[in-house]
This record gives sequence, structure tokens and C-alpha cells, in this order.
Amino acid sequence: MHGFIQYIQSYLDSDKTPGGAGNIFWATVYILLVFAGLSVAVIAMNWLERKILAHMQVRLGPMRVGPHGLLQPIADAIKLLLKEDIIPAEADALVFWVAPFIVVLAAFTVFVVVPFGPTHAITDMNIGILFMLGVSSLSVLGIVTAGWASNSHYPLIGALRSSAQMVSYEVAMGLAVVSVILMTSLSSEGGTLSMIGIVQAQQAQGEWFIFKFFPLGLVGFFIFAIAMVAETNRAPFDLPEAESELTAGFHTEYSGFRWSLFFLAEYSAMIAVSSIAVTLWLGGWLRPFPNALTGPTWDLVFSLFPGITFLFLAAICFYNTARMPKHPLFRVQTMGLAGFGVVLALIGLILFIHGVRVRVQDIYWFTAKVGAFMYLYIWYRGTFPRYRFDQLMKVGWKVLLPTGLVLLILTALVGMRTELWAELQGVWRP
Amino acid sequence: MNPPVATPFFFYLLAATMILGGILVITRKNAVHSAMALITTLLAQAGLYLMLYAPFVAGVQIILYAGGIMVLFLFVIMLISIERADKERQFNKQWLVGIVAAGGLGGLFIAVYTTTTKGKILFPEGLTTYGETQNTQAIAALLFDRSAGQYMFAFEIASLLLLVAIIGAVVMAKKRI
Repeated sequence: MHGFIQYIQSYLDSDKTPGGAGNIFWATVYILLVFAGLSVAVIAMNWLERKILAHMQVRLGPMRVGPHGLLQPIADAIKLLLKEDIIPAEADALVFWVAPFIVVLAAFTVFVVVPFGPTHAITDMNIGILFMLGVSSLSVLGIVTAGWASNSHYPLIGALRSSAQMVSYEVAMGLAVVSVILMTSLSSEGGTLSMIGIVQAQQAQGEWFIFKFFPLGLVGFFIFAIAMVAETNRAPFDLPEAESELTAGFHTEYSGFRWSLFFLAEYSAMIAVSSIAVTLWLGGWLRPFPNALTGPTWDLVFSLFPGITFLFLAAICFYNTARMPKHPLFRVQTMGLAGFGVVLALIGLILFIHGVRVRVQDIYWFTAKVGAFMYLYIWYRGTFPRYRFDQLMKVGWKVLLPTGLVLLILTALVGMRTELWAELQGVWRP
Repeated sequence: MNPPVATPFFFYLLAATMILGGILVITRKNAVHSAMALITTLLAQAGLYLMLYAPFVAGVQIILYAGGIMVLFLFVIMLISIERADKERQFNKQWLVGIVAAGGLGGLFIAVYTTTTKGKILFPEGLTTYGETQNTQAIAALLFDRSAGQYMFAFEIASLLLLVAIIGAVVMAKKRI
């Protein structure tokens, strides 16, 4: 027993990820935490997406289940789990059964290497970014097989569109990623593919890669930001599930639990690609201005942000509690909202404790940046009309791919300019 | 570096998965099932590369084969009529040659494994393992390093061959571009 406690404690003093330290206990804890966090994030995204879209369209959105519809995702989840699970008579039952699991596995496995902080990742792989791109590209297999196994026209066309789209945009995405990897090789430690290494390279070079070699980093970021929306089949690139043409695309024939797996996978894939973008271009877990605003005072100010955010959310809850209708029918809801506010405020206060504050702030900044991307996803959906298929292919192959190629070559040239110059002088003056 | 965990277990698991997948690829009548078995085989192969401390090769294997090429396979298979192919009689008139070739290849592997040159086995127990962290850099050095890089030309020629094949396919498939 004593040995076990020591085994648990031994990790706390190390400065490695649980995978890097080879500590199975903490690795399991981290995996469970990431899984739980993702599930909560997906539930929250479900509610936020409906609410934000509704407010963009001057509607109220879900209002009935719980105060301001806060319990709507839970009601939906219960409804989905209770629904009949239908397998079409002519479907290929085995493939139909396996397909959602492929998508979910691919979407969740990538989080093994996502760096929430210098030590807050399940493990750090030497090929981190390659692993993320590779495993997330496996989800297209699930979509294709789901569409085919349904043995129906709409899903098949949806799956074909989806596979063509994802394979095309992967190319541009890869080129943008390679340009970032070239940038990491300018650090003194040399280039790296590891997710933690990429953020540390940004720290060492003193700037986020989005600002590196202005405007090259920015262009690479834009290519990735467009390609990642297409990769996750979200509006305006949601042709595989274009309602007006294909009912629900590749998951038309799915119902109940299996459909909710696709839903879960879609949102966790969105979070996954957003965290790639954050890690590669936006400095991962680094707080804003780590070089300009230094010193203990600024450190203190920035480490207070997580607690303040939760207190702010709690304040919104209390404000809305006060605004709830005074009718006796709403008494339970008012009490529930007040209770939720109290919970948020308590979390906020806990986050002010020094020991917690120091450990949590990396995770907070990472999550905040990913959250900004999640808002962008909703914003796109509320703003842009859907592309036509030929337009989609044109953007992918004729705009993003050539831009990515030029960007890659320019990044290499600018990065190696001193060496190239020396080489040229050597040619002229041997 | 951490010591490897349960290496024989994972090796036999991955090897069994690969063999099972390979058998399913050639025995399934339904082409989509075959393709999925092939994907399993390729993923297990990526796992074997990981066990050889070659994470870069494993990653590229997943991206290119499992994520890229197999998607195109499925893409093509989905467009042909599976029902007709399902009803056609499957035949194999080359099983004798096949068995001889497979036996020959297996014998060759065993021969290489057991051969001793100057009293040393080609595959001694506990071959030096390279650190996982150096693999990507080592491949880059083999390809591009000025002094040690020896495979640059072969690599570029292979990619040129692929380019020619792509252009050839487009020209043959589409007469008017």
C-alpha cells in the first residue's frame, strides 16, 4: 500500500507527461479526465450551438427544459438512448454496426497527444502531429463504410462526397502543417513533430507561428483554418449531409445510439482539429504575451484569469436567476439555476488557490483558444451559405493547394536565407 | 527511456491480427469486407513498425495506406456493383504455383534467419534498439544529409515514377482535357 502511494506521488514531482514518465496510474487518470472533459465539452457545445445560432437568427433557442434550456442536451441524450436502434433490412449488418465505432475511435484516439500543458498531455510522441493527422484521417473510413453499408442512395452519395472532400482537403492541410514544422526547425534544439515540442519551439523563438515570417505564418494558418472546417464536414463545407439534397447524408439510415455516436465523433473531431490549429499556430498552452508582459506581477494577473472566468459565468447565472419569472411554476428552475451559479462560483474560488492556479492555467489558456475556434465554427454555420460540390473542389485543388505549395517553398527559402546567401557567395567567390 | 512493456504479447497480437486480416482479404467474397480486412492488416503493420522503434514509418503508414490509399480503394469498390460480383463463382487455377511460391518465400525467410556468416547470426537476440526520439531525424539524415544521405536519388526517382503514372492514368482515362 505504501509503495503504491509512493508510486502515485512519484509522478507529481516529475516534469514529464504520464506517458513519458511511464506511470500507468496517472496515465489512466489523464485518459479518464480527457474523456470526461470531452464528453462535457460536447454536451456544452450542443447547447451553445443551438443557443448562439438561435440568437444570431433572433430566436430564443431551447427554453423549456431547465432554465434557458440548460438541460436540453441531457433530455436529447436520454431521447436518443431510448430510441429504437434500426438496422435497415437490406443493409450490410456487420459493416453498418462497425462504422460508427470507427469514427468515434478515430475522433477520440487523437487526444492521446493533445498538449493541454507542458506536462498535461496523456503522452508526448515523437511523431505527435503526424499521429494526429493520421488517426483523424481514419475517420473518413468510418463515414465511407457507413454510407455504403446503409444500402441506400442518399447515404452512398453523401459518403462519396465526404471521402472526396476529406481526401482533397487533407493535402492542403498537410502542406500548411509542413510549413509549421519547417519553422520549428529554426529553434536551437532542431525541428520536431512532437506536439509539446512545437509549442516549446514557439516559446523558444519568442513568437506564435501565426506571426512568424509575416505574412507566411498567417497564410498557413488560414489554409489550415479553411481545410479543417472541410475536414470536419461542417458548414459551409457540409455537403456530405446537405439536408436539402441528401436528407442527412451518410447517417440518414442511422438512429438512436449509433446516430449519437456520429454526433459525438463530429464534435470531438472539431475539438481535435481546433487543438491542432491552436498548438501549431496559436502557441498552445502559452498565455498571451509571455515575452512582452513578464515578471511576477503579470504572471499573477494572468494566473487569475481561470478563476475570474468562472466567477463571471456564475455572475451571469445569478443575474438570470434574478430575472427568472416569479411564478411558482418556475420555483424549481430558479433554484436550479441559482445552484448552478453557486457551483460555478465555488469552482472559480477553488481556482484562485495558489497550488491549483499554477497547475491549471496552462489548461485554461489552451481550452480558451480552442473555445474561440468552437465559436468560429458556430459563427460560420450561422453566416455562410453552403458550397456547391464543384466550387468545393475548385477551392480545395485550385486555390488552397497551390497557395500551400508556394507557402511551403517560401517558408523554406525565408527560413534558410542566411545559409542560402552564404552558399551563393561561395558559388561566386570560390 | 522507459523499458518496453509486454513486447512479445504485442508482437504476437499484431502478427496474428495481420495474418488473420490477410486471410480474410483473400477469402471474403464481398469486396468491401476484403478492403476492411486489408485496413486492419495495414494498421497492425503500423503497430509492428512502432515496435521496431520506427514511429515515423508507422505514422506515414497510417496516413498514406490506411487513411489515403484505402479510402480510394473503397471509393472505387463502392461504385461497382457488389451484388453481381457476389454471385459470380470464385475460381483459382493457380493454387499449385501459389503454394510453391509461398513455400519458397517462407523457406527463404527461414534460411536467412538461421544463416550464420563468420559465426554470427544475422538476427542476434536483443539487437541494439534506437531511441524512439531519433527515428524521424535519422530518416531525414539518410535522405537529405550531405555526407550520409545515400537514398536521395532513389527517393526522387521513385516519386518521379509515381508522377509519370498519375499523368499516364489521366491521359489514358481522359482523351480530351
